[in-house]
Amino acid sequence: MFAVEVEKLTKRFGEFTAVDQVSFDVAEGEIFGLLGPNGAGKSTLIRMLTTLVPPSQGAARVNGFDIVRQANEVRQSIGVIPQAMTSDLELSAYENLTIFGKLYGIPREQRKKTIAELFKAVDLEQWADKPVKQFSGGMRRRLEIARGLVHSPKIFFLDEPTTGLDPVSRVAVWEMLARLKQERSLTIIVTTHYMDEADKLCDRIAIVDHGKLVALDSPHNLKASVPGQGVLEVSFSRTPDGWLKTLEALPDVAEVKQEDRVYRLASNNAPRTTVELIEATRRANIEVASLSVQSTTLDDVFVHYTGHQIRDSLQTPAGYDTSFMYDKK
Amino acid sequence: MHRILAMIERDLRRFRRSPTLVLISVVMPLVQLIVLGYAFGGKVKHLNLGVLDQDGGMPAVKVREMCQAVAANAQTFTPFVYHDQGLAMQDLRNGRISGLLEIPPQFSRKHHDADNPQIALVEDNIDQFAASALEGGLNQLLVAYNAKTPAPRLTGNVTLSVVEVYPYVPYIQFLLPGTTVLAIFVSAMIGGGIIFIDDKARGLHEGYLVTPIRKLELILGFTLAGALKAIVSGVVIVTVGAIIAGIPDPLNVMRFCRAMILVVATALALISMMFLLMVRVNDPLVPRAIFGVLNTVLFFPSGAVYPTQAFPPWMRVITTIDPFTYAVHGFKQLLLKNTGLGAIGWDLCFLFVFSAIAMTAATLLFRRTL
Repeated sequence: MFAVEVEKLTKRFGEFTAVDQVSFDVAEGEIFGLLGPNGAGKSTLIRMLTTLVPPSQGAARVNGFDIVRQANEVRQSIGVIPQAMTSDLELSAYENLTIFGKLYGIPREQRKKTIAELFKAVDLEQWADKPVKQFSGGMRRRLEIARGLVHSPKIFFLDEPTTGLDPVSRVAVWEMLARLKQERSLTIIVTTHYMDEADKLCDRIAIVDHGKLVALDSPHNLKASVPGQGVLEVSFSRTPDGWLKTLEALPDVAEVKQEDRVYRLASNNAPRTTVELIEATRRANIEVASLSVQSTTLDDVFVHYTGHQIRDSLQTPAGYDTSFMYDKK
Repeated sequence: MHRILAMIERDLRRFRRSPTLVLISVVMPLVQLIVLGYAFGGKVKHLNLGVLDQDGGMPAVKVREMCQAVAANAQTFTPFVYHDQGLAMQDLRNGRISGLLEIPPQFSRKHHDADNPQIALVEDNIDQFAASALEGGLNQLLVAYNAKTPAPRLTGNVTLSVVEVYPYVPYIQFLLPGTTVLAIFVSAMIGGGIIFIDDKARGLHEGYLVTPIRKLELILGFTLAGALKAIVSGVVIVTVGAIIAGIPDPLNVMRFCRAMILVVATALALISMMFLLMVRVNDPLVPRAIFGVLNTVLFFPSGAVYPTQAFPPWMRVITTIDPFTYAVHGFKQLLLKNTGLGAIGWDLCFLFVFSAIAMTAATLLFRRTL
């Protein structure tokens, strides 16, 4: 049985289609990543799966429950960490977890035990009685992760859990999620626009762009699906006519893509292609303005499948995207 | 039920940790009661009255002496003698005096001949209250001036004897019912309006919406939590306000218990109304923007500061559907007349029915999704 089954799920806001016929399954115990730039439709997708936004079309089952007809059963069986930090600043960390424990109807003794375990798991034991307004962003995020697990859900949804955090806090959150997954047999669905996060954390990644699912596989397989094992990013002082064809004809070059003045050469043998590229520029009397050589990354995968880089999309202020509350009816 | 209690617990813990909110919802209405009560409650005194005597005869001197007597006793006005009419008029226009009493030439002769003697009051009618006080004071003065001495013991004139059912009610006491309702309203506005929308904008509601809590539980949780905070304000203002306003026997237990029932009914009605108004609002500026208008639209048509019988017909429609009207009427009965619950039965009935309707409508309009 799949933890999550999504079939042609679609969400329209007026004329705008935020999520367009997306289908995928998530296996139990998997960390599943939804990767894409802000505005790609990841958050809308996760909000539909967590019953916060009704779908316009299509169907989905979470933990075996239909997200429309059995919304309350879905809510009982999932933990959700929204993109915005939603803990009560005036309450202590312990009070925040207690209130949510009560909202989920957890008996008193079990609640106390679970909360103690969770504080230990997220390394906030010594801060339990402090008001949340004294917490750093990383501590608040860890608290919210604990809050999402207070009722021991089987499936855990996290909407951009590391957005707005400093690099150290981000790594701490990754490690914590990996550990929690092991300890609690969780299925985790996480949205992110950080390539490294998706690469390190996820068992499988779905690349979402303009509301559509454009690729889905493990990070390894996704990288392997991109032509070439390495990528040369190069720009030149000038480019004569037919220069693109010259680059494509270089030995071991599998694919050449041009974005403005930058050429991305996917190569099966990056060192050899580099040497041949330098020779070609010398013959054409062209200067190399910049050159970098690297192994295939998820960034290359993203460019390969979407035709643009993830940073090309408009970004919203980190961590507090509440525009959805104002924009739509 | 445990979910409703969890929502209430959360709200009350937050309220307790926010001294500013407690202060605003409890102290501000008391300040308003004191300031408004004393600002409007007192008699107008010490108005500067210019006196221009163009006659100088004995009857004119008697008028001037009687003015001095008023200044020494009732203190409604203090006379300043002028000899130059131009200067007196200039001072009147500049606001140095509130009115000018002119005793014209030939006043004494006309008085002696019983030829319709007149004196003139030129008043600064921009300030209606001051002008009325001057008119009243001088009319009383002339009644005394014209009185025959000695007054006959028996007269055929019909007079009105006024018997007051209740002891004298100073304006600050008259204002207490309205201020009590206003205090509850301020709490409802903060709890049911500003905080509710701010929490929504900060994404806090998203956290609750992903839990299995039902719509009715959420609305009941929000409403009861808001009502409890409003009740705290109501209890404080009823007790402290009664002491400040000088209500006789302010800590009367039975009256306090009856007032509590009305506080609960008022708090429920106003918080339900706030949720109904705010249930579809997302912009945090909206409750702040409408606060003043809502306050005016609900408070003034209620009869809290002026009799509703004086209102135009369209305003009486607002009065009829305004929960303030029934709450203010109820508190007037309990605090000023010390009546039993029977006298406020209709008020309680309206407030509870209003709460039920508003809460039902709010629940129907509340979106369980974003």
